[in-house]
Amino acid sequence: MRAAERKVSTDMSGIVKRAVAGTLESSDVFVEIEPGDSGIEVEIESVVLAQFGDAIRAAALDVLKEQNVSDARVRLTDRGALDCVIRARVETAVARAKGE
Amino acid sequence: MTVRRSMLFLPGNTPNIIINGEALGADAVILDLEDAVAPSEKDSARILVRNAIGRMGFGRCEVIVRINSTDTGEWTKDLDAIIPVKPSLIMPPKTSRAADVLRVDEYISALEDRLGFARNTVKLIPLIETALGVENAFQIASASPRVAAIFLGGEDLTADLRCRRTKAGNEIAYARARMVMAARAAGVDVYDTPFTDVNDDTGIYTDAEYAKSLGFTGKSAISPRHVNAINEVFSPTAAEIDYAYEVMDAIRAAQAQGKGAVALRGKMIDAPIVARARQTIEAAESLGLDRRA
Amino acid sequence: MAMKIVASLREAISLCGLKSGMSISFHHHLRNGDYTLNRVMDEIAALGIRDLTLNASSLFDAHAPLREHIKNRVVRKINTDYMSAGLGRSISEGLMDESVEFRTHGGRPRDIALGITPIDVAFIAAPTADPAGNCSGKYGPSACGSLGYAFPDAMYAKKVVVITDNLVPYPLTDASIPEIYVDYVVPVDAIGDPRGIVSGTTKITRDPVGLVMAETAARVIRHSGLLKDGFSFQTGAGGATLAAAKFLKEIMLREKIRGSFASGGVTGYLVDMLNEGCFTSLMDVQCFDLKAVESIRTNPAHHEISAMQYASPAAKSAVVDHLDVVLLGATEIDTDFNVNVHTDSAGCIMGGSGGHSDTAAGAKLSMIIAPLFRARLPIITGRVRCISTPGRDVDVVVTQRGVAVNPAKPDLALRLKDAGLPIVDIHELKQIAERITGVPAVPPEGGRVVARVLSRDGEPLDVIRQLTR
Repeated sequence: MRAAERKVSTDMSGIVKRAVAGTLESSDVFVEIEPGDSGIEVEIESVVLAQFGDAIRAAALDVLKEQNVSDARVRLTDRGALDCVIRARVETAVARAKGE
Repeated sequence: MTVRRSMLFLPGNTPNIIINGEALGADAVILDLEDAVAPSEKDSARILVRNAIGRMGFGRCEVIVRINSTDTGEWTKDLDAIIPVKPSLIMPPKTSRAADVLRVDEYISALEDRLGFARNTVKLIPLIETALGVENAFQIASASPRVAAIFLGGEDLTADLRCRRTKAGNEIAYARARMVMAARAAGVDVYDTPFTDVNDDTGIYTDAEYAKSLGFTGKSAISPRHVNAINEVFSPTAAEIDYAYEVMDAIRAAQAQGKGAVALRGKMIDAPIVARARQTIEAAESLGLDRRA
Repeated sequence: MAMKIVASLREAISLCGLKSGMSISFHHHLRNGDYTLNRVMDEIAALGIRDLTLNASSLFDAHAPLREHIKNRVVRKINTDYMSAGLGRSISEGLMDESVEFRTHGGRPRDIALGITPIDVAFIAAPTADPAGNCSGKYGPSACGSLGYAFPDAMYAKKVVVITDNLVPYPLTDASIPEIYVDYVVPVDAIGDPRGIVSGTTKITRDPVGLVMAETAARVIRHSGLLKDGFSFQTGAGGATLAAAKFLKEIMLREKIRGSFASGGVTGYLVDMLNEGCFTSLMDVQCFDLKAVESIRTNPAHHEISAMQYASPAAKSAVVDHLDVVLLGATEIDTDFNVNVHTDSAGCIMGGSGGHSDTAAGAKLSMIIAPLFRARLPIITGRVRCISTPGRDVDVVVTQRGVAVNPAKPDLALRLKDAGLPIVDIHELKQIAERITGVPAVPPEGGRVVARVLSRDGEPLDVIRQLTR
């Protein structure tokens, strides 16, 4: 099977189940996502909230938008993850929550 | 010219190691999606590695990604995610035949075409770690112009050989020699298996010097503690650099005087000596070791 | 001769005539294992004494009960050289009305000697003492090695109380602090918990980034022009600085360089260097592990020094003035080379200068080892939250991705560059870090002043403000 040719249905863009990604190790972030019904709620706990709270939220929202997620509850427990790590973990959690 | 002396394996799903990968002194990092990643985290690792390459980058370090082997369902997903961020090299593990190389090669070619990249933008460094792979090393090394180097994996190989992996490495002596022969015959580089005792800070020198003496281009490491030793061993020495310049000077002087044969320190300088001198000077310049700089 | 042995702490406090508004002092050789400060404070509180000035060479999380004494106004003012994060957070949150005064390990004895911070009663926890008050840190179940920081307290306080859990017959001949300064001796069951006093062994970091920095630091020293016979050296006990000592040792042994002394807080690593001939002596103001305690007890080349001899700028000369190289850490460094070791990046107290700025000022080459970022926080900033050591005293910053040399030392930069070291402008290091981490938002400046940082000469250096929510 060639994965690049696999048909990805677009009507399954929603979050169908609870999923997690990442870890609580230093420089990582633990992402929990579950279906929501009233837009996107993002909750952030971080050791660098004062310095990067806004950046973490923006990264998470950006990935959710890219992945066409419109309704979900997302919780990030951040241990100082870089932007590229936050984006990766959110994307993984979304993919898992979509049942991909 | 890119000099690749040391290659450091970094586990693909461990952010705090990946984010400092560039700073650990290795010429190349091997971001591992295979053995260092639990089966349940394959999805997560390939996205993390893709982002680390595409969004963060590894500066002066060359980037190699070890994908999952072609007998799993993961390798095409790995390539789908990773090829768009253009690592220098893809390392397919458990490569035993030319056909294994061609399968990966074709898949990458299709991706390159779709992404609008020139063909062979991303090179291959097949990991040879089976008895069959060692016997087919030349066919593997010459299977495709995409193959830039071959890489010996001693751990899996000894399992296949049904013998114990030892520090002395007699059990892989034949494989090492065979790999170097095959690579040089095919005109590609060749890299040695890691030294696995992370607490032995002197054994690594012995092992790396042995690999260099056989003709390996460089050596891999699973511990950052071994990187400096590998770099040291695989760098040209000051004496080698000096000699290389003397050779080039003697050649130039002879040409100016219209002489055909050239001698240096009582020894005839022939074409292979000149070729080696050129390689040494190129390597030294690239590493900033140029004596005349 | 008056009988100095007193049955209880409370009785000793009363005999000293301690009254509300006076000043008391403690040393920190028992570190996080110390029982003495808390027990003395409880007795003082029970006696109804209030509004004291507490002068402690350092305060640790073991001293968290101080919070209650501050709330109950037993303690009105604190002078210290270092405060660990637990108590530090409370102070940063505004626990005290009066600001804490932070000094250096050299500034504290200076100000005690000059009468700027007079001490009415000094309480000296002593691992061994005799009935006349001769005391030592080298012996006894709570042995801590050197008692260096307690010397100024003993010499200049109006009254001195020695508290010991190992009373031996007179005379204790190998004493650190002699009887001439001591008024009272109080035997107690235990002065501290040995597990918190010294660590069994001090381990070198295995963190690969720490090792890269350590190796680079050792190369900087090697090519600094200072590494030759007679070399003198100090290093902190932190992970990467200690690892740098290991690499330095390898270089010194390989090149057969015989240094003169190593100083400061002493670990087993410096003891090994002494024993293997890298140095002819150790000048020890504080021991960090059991190997150092054992060595100071048995090896005459391992020499105890007082805080004054260690670092006081009022002394006619001090050990720090003889140093070639010191290796130090930092929580933040700015592009003017100012170093913060008092607060975290958000401005919350979590340390102090200790001997940082004394050694940086004294040593010919002062080097900071710090990673470019910790978790996601860049270490090099435009301006540190708090200046602990001024940039003029900092020569080199070693990170995992390059070495910055203070522009005031262009010759050193050239020398290191020629040796192949990765010399990078400090502004560029800041940019490299921020490309990886992103640019952090600067937390708000904070409210009223909760602590003042004094330079080793007693000049105001910076202030620390209350955290705003």
